[in-house]
Amino acid sequence: MKKIVILGAGTGGTIMANKLRKALDREEWDITIVDKHKTHYYQPGFLFIPFGIYKRDDVIKPKANFIPSGVKLIFNEINKVEPENNKVILEGGQILNYDFLIIATGTRVSPEETPGLKEELWYKDIFDFYTIEGALALKEFFETWQGGKLVVNIAEVPIKCPVAPLEFVFLADEYFTKAGIRDKVEISYVTPLAGAFTKPRATKMLGDLLKEKNINVIPDFYLESVDNKEKKIKSYDGREISFDVLTIVPVNKGDDFVERSGMGDDLNFIPTDKLTLRSEEHENIFVLGDASNIPTSKAGSVVHFASEVVFENLLSSIKGRKMHAHFDGHSNCYIETGFGKGSIIDFNYDTEPLPGNYPLPGIGPFGLLQNTKMNHYGKVIFRWIYWHILLKGKELPVESEMSMVGKKK
Amino acid sequence: MAQKNYAGVTIEVTEEGYLVDSSKWNESIAKEIAKEEGIELTDKHIAVLKFIRENQSGLTIRKVGKSGIVDIKGFYDLFPGGPLKLSSKIAGINKPTSCV
Repeated sequence: MKKIVILGAGTGGTIMANKLRKALDREEWDITIVDKHKTHYYQPGFLFIPFGIYKRDDVIKPKANFIPSGVKLIFNEINKVEPENNKVILEGGQILNYDFLIIATGTRVSPEETPGLKEELWYKDIFDFYTIEGALALKEFFETWQGGKLVVNIAEVPIKCPVAPLEFVFLADEYFTKAGIRDKVEISYVTPLAGAFTKPRATKMLGDLLKEKNINVIPDFYLESVDNKEKKIKSYDGREISFDVLTIVPVNKGDDFVERSGMGDDLNFIPTDKLTLRSEEHENIFVLGDASNIPTSKAGSVVHFASEVVFENLLSSIKGRKMHAHFDGHSNCYIETGFGKGSIIDFNYDTEPLPGNYPLPGIGPFGLLQNTKMNHYGKVIFRWIYWHILLKGKELPVESEMSMVGKKK
Repeated sequence: MAQKNYAGVTIEVTEEGYLVDSSKWNESIAKEIAKEEGIELTDKHIAVLKFIRENQSGLTIRKVGKSGIVDIKGFYDLFPGGPLKLSSKIAGINKPTSCV
């Protein structure tokens, strides 16, 4: 019996388990998937929790519901991988041998990387919204907050879902407007990037929206530490910004087992060939999604598109054939912009987000780099698609490779 | 594309002033680019520039901070404002791209 081990039962791991079980003979291939958590979180939903739009129950389901029969599901911590021996060692010593390994353990927030961040004000006046705990704590805080300085800061890039902090300030603008205290809330968006986003046209479009909504952008700010007494964030070049409430996107890192296995870079992301999605070091290891170091967004859409490539290339490798599928870095993000509207960006390694229509040229129904109500509905509907179609590895009516059709240069 | 004269050599640069061909770089050119940016190069600067040239792929401020030559704060002191962009320009390599 040959063995495939998948590490991580999040978006990527779950999709792979479904695709592979369908494609591979059960008599020939044993598939095992490992995760430390029993709950599958719909992570795009965390953004809506602080504003009371989604509740906890809207974003959680048992992981086991999405793993097909015929795949062995193990809930345990991964101690380390020994790539030279084709072995995964779990907490407690259990050993999983593999012929092929798929690493899809994602990224997590590491507030402990920044001095002063996870201290006395943590979850009192300082919150993250990339964890269910942080999002729920922030919801409680906002419910009784009377206004003041709201600072939203990204500690360092890359981060998971790079548009989420922008969506956060847009939704905050709406939330405090509806609460009747927008004039008492000063919103600042403090980023290590040179502008609202990384690519020129999206930066311009989003920068204009921020201005329109009276959100102050402070660029090129690289967070050094947080002063809990003075309630200030400090940058490496000596700038200080005061806050009444700080919403932070902490440093993002790959899973700790990556470091223990000596397989990652400075931030525990695994060096991965950006085209084949195979580990740069090991021929029988593929890396899917946020856990890799490929130069595109760490986002669910990327994992979804990339899963097609990993699937094809893994099947080729099994047959001893040359890997022919190449990932183009395709990413597709809904951006909530507040008051029932949204925008969409669609891009890859080489093409920045451009205006146009998606997925059907001239028709849409979604408008790329436009701010429309239809785009917002897309995001709302997507949660259903995620649970019912995407995780199960079924086909969606969108191409995994980015298309230039419908885009205007 | 534009052309610039550094240390007696005419050299091609991008619109933002980054060297097009990194192999044309030398320390005299670095000194003159640095001067334009208001920086007088010291040995420490040079050591950082060499590290940057040798570690171009996936270069981040964090990586320079772990180089053993400077910590992050020291990096900001040497190249105030945007240390990665500034040092890349002076080191004659491409403008750093932050990917999304």
